[in-house]
Amino acid sequence: MAQAHASSTLSPASAAKPASSQGLETIGVALLLAIAGYCALFVAPTEATMGQIQRIFYFHMPFGITAFVSFLISFYASIAYLRTRAPKWDLLAVSSAEVGVPFITVMLVTGSIWAHPVWGIWWTWDARLTSTFVLWVLYVCYLLLRTLIDDPERRAVISAVFNIFAAFDVPFVYFSIWFFRTQHPQPVIGGGGSLDPRMFDVLVVCWVATLAMLGLLLRQRYRLEALRHEVAQLRMEAGSPGEQL
Amino acid sequence: MSLLRPTAILLEKELRSELRSRELITTTFVFVLMVLVLFSFTFDPTSTESRRFGAGLLWLALLFAGSLMLHPSFTREQTNDTLAALRMAPLDPVAILAAKILANFCFLLLTEMILLPVFAALYNLRIIGVLAPLFLVMALGTLALSTVGTVFSAVSSYARMRELLLPLLLLPLLTPALIASAEATSGLLDVSPSLSISWTAFLAAFDIIFLTVTWLFGEYLLEE
Repeated sequence: MAQAHASSTLSPASAAKPASSQGLETIGVALLLAIAGYCALFVAPTEATMGQIQRIFYFHMPFGITAFVSFLISFYASIAYLRTRAPKWDLLAVSSAEVGVPFITVMLVTGSIWAHPVWGIWWTWDARLTSTFVLWVLYVCYLLLRTLIDDPERRAVISAVFNIFAAFDVPFVYFSIWFFRTQHPQPVIGGGGSLDPRMFDVLVVCWVATLAMLGLLLRQRYRLEALRHEVAQLRMEAGSPGEQL
Repeated sequence: MSLLRPTAILLEKELRSELRSRELITTTFVFVLMVLVLFSFTFDPTSTESRRFGAGLLWLALLFAGSLMLHPSFTREQTNDTLAALRMAPLDPVAILAAKILANFCFLLLTEMILLPVFAALYNLRIIGVLAPLFLVMALGTLALSTVGTVFSAVSSYARMRELLLPLLLLPLLTPALIASAEATSGLLDVSPSLSISWTAFLAAFDIIFLTVTWLFGEYLLEE
């Protein structure tokens, strides 16, 4: 899945598409999201114990998985950049990290909204929550690091290395906290059990919609980054570095 | 092996330059001591609480100290552009990183060994019976801190706001190592001390993975 997205955003043909098709795609994604919202609110059956609040789950989980897909693309792009030194990989790495952060923010916020009525608390230091939070911090740091290095080529290399370190850290964060918490008893987190087939279908619809949204945002962001890169290079050729973008 | 000899030579250089001034070890020692005293003032722990939280406080203090003391390891080389000279030398760039990691590991571990008795006295803890396993846990935790810390010292040395950036990059990444070290240490400080094999193995795995990642990708940090 990640590969398919990566290659579609990278082909030069897609970068040069006329504005009208962009508008069409945006409308398409908006329509998909509307359908997903409708399904989550009206088609999916009401959950037996949690009631209406459970419907937030249809956006909570897809946004989370989509964020992970986005970070996976970013990690892959960072390795590819170090190996090939083609600027396009660096552009893709920053684009997907930057698009992934709001997705994971949506996941954290919707999770908190869901947790409050269901568990009676906004937040708990559970393995999944904590590792998602650390992941969020790591990628915010990645974006921050990028803004603090001026030389574009150095920025690309250094942030790629950081990205790789961060990606390797994620399983450790997960297992450390999972392990930490299983030694100390605490409220059991939802999940598991059997899922109503209609619920599952709605979940798939919502995931497709969020993935489409990721694709659209990623391409827009990539295009913007490519333009910035081009401007920076033209500036350099003209001999006045000017302000770094 | 071509990596060992240059690493040994560079390690000697790092150790010699530190032993001449001893400023890194002294400042880190005083810093950690101060933080531990401040923690003690803030929480005023009873001896049961000390056994429960002491290890966490110690590791937190060490982590903060590490994020400050590891910072000069690359910026120091920038003053006279000595890093460029090292890069020009006919050696594997990973050796430069490896030597710095090892040197920082030695400095930190030495500081910890001086600190441990003071820490035990301040927090009223018994460490005599568990010195060997405690040393193992300290060494594994410190290796995690110095590996990632040294690499990120190189990362942040190219950036603006580097003093602030290093802790920012380092602390979230070291969360798992902090949890593992603190848990393993607090198991040893307990009334009936025991070495948690799983946390120790976790720390060792953390060290191995990040040393490997450094070995694979570290050289990119040093290129011109």
